[in-house]
Amino acid sequence: MITLTRPQRFIDDEGKRLDGRKPDEARPIKMQVGVLSNADGSALVEYGLTRVLAAVYGPKESQKSMLLPDRATLRVRYHMAPFSTEERKNPAPTRREVELSKVLRESLEPVVMTEYFPRTSIDVFIEVLQSDGGTRTVGATAASLALADAGIPMRALVAGVAIGKVDNVLIVDLNEVEDMYGDADMPVVAAPDIGQITLYQLNGVLSKEEFRNAIDMALKVITKIVDMEKETLRNSYVEVSEE
Amino acid sequence: MSSTRKILVPGEKIEGAISASDYYIYDYKNEKRVAIIGVVDFKQEGVSYSPLNGVYVPKEGDIVIGLVSSHGVANWFVDINSPYQAILSVQDFFGTRQNSQLPEDPFKYLQVGEYIKAKIAAFDRIRNPLLTVQDKGLGKIVEGVVVSVHPTRVPRIIGKKGSMIEMLKNETGCEFFVAVNGMINIKCQNEQLENIASNAIKIIETQAHIPGLTERVKKFIEEERKVRGV
Repeated sequence: MITLTRPQRFIDDEGKRLDGRKPDEARPIKMQVGVLSNADGSALVEYGLTRVLAAVYGPKESQKSMLLPDRATLRVRYHMAPFSTEERKNPAPTRREVELSKVLRESLEPVVMTEYFPRTSIDVFIEVLQSDGGTRTVGATAASLALADAGIPMRALVAGVAIGKVDNVLIVDLNEVEDMYGDADMPVVAAPDIGQITLYQLNGVLSKEEFRNAIDMALKVITKIVDMEKETLRNSYVEVSEE
Repeated sequence: MSSTRKILVPGEKIEGAISASDYYIYDYKNEKRVAIIGVVDFKQEGVSYSPLNGVYVPKEGDIVIGLVSSHGVANWFVDINSPYQAILSVQDFFGTRQNSQLPEDPFKYLQVGEYIKAKIAAFDRIRNPLLTVQDKGLGKIVEGVVVSVHPTRVPRIIGKKGSMIEMLKNETGCEFFVAVNGMINIKCQNEQLENIASNAIKIIETQAHIPGLTERVKKFIEEERKVRGV
């Protein structure tokens, strides 16, 4: 088994991080929509080595027990595949996954126009295929793309990114090592088009000023990622027309 | 052409004044924004928006084709390609006022797996769509095949001023009924033609955005007819 150890320094003399990125540089991002044919909508998103697949079903008739009379029920399941981690992960949902499912649902609820389809349910499945830190933020990005691909009305697209602190420097889009041994981890999911932050968590300590800078950094990167999402969605239709 | 087309994705604003308010356009701080990916056409007459994705939402008065999926005590449940399951009552199907006039086993006359053409009699946010077949031309579909396409492809299958559907009719000699929910009833002289017609519909569905579609589908039908000798 490979064990991660705490590195001596996170940032070298040239100001580069362990994987050669600058502090405000996100990992290379790849996006694809419509990757699954059986789901109504799907997306595969990669931030570096973190790879997440999202699938959306619905809106469809809701089960009586969870039916809402005035809007659609949004169900989100965040799950890590057994092969997504260094050591096999038990596929049974853990406490962490149940909680992340809930916070991710809440990060999507403000943008999904559930009031269009009362008494129905929309299912979102977020499956982590490979984990290298920041799976919840990649999951939010993938879910947003998959929802748009499924043709579910949305006020705006959301995207996520994590901001962290290592060696007293704020860094964007943490990987596994930076997440584990860094001083702070702050995942943010936001919808820049409507100016809303839909998920915000903070693990660690940031000063007031650091916090303000961190939010600015996060929103800047998220705006870029949302622009990529838009391009991906547009291209999914252009490609069809060029076949 | 004086029109420009642009694909907008959720959250993007429509520039210029849009006359018609579509179901999938919402207001945000005095701006019109789209909620579903769609094409916005900027023409001299005004701006129009047509969604490229989405589901069929029933509307009162729509003529739909549905697949009977199950039945209850005095009604059938019909899948109409929508998030909501439609209901057709036994009384409505037989057009009777009193229960005593109903046949002994009403579900023998319309079985699970059969298709019906029906009108949406009532639908709102609190109840599922109620169907009626008590109108001209409605009822069980006994002839031809039914193919299902994505509801947003319906305008493409009909074409501008009905150009596509006219071409399909002329080329195959079949009868087409395109329901708003994306179910299409095709009646032809033989199975071969039915097969060609449904394949042509599938081509339209998958290549809806490519220019010159009508010509391509026309060529496809001509070639298929030659190959199959019909």
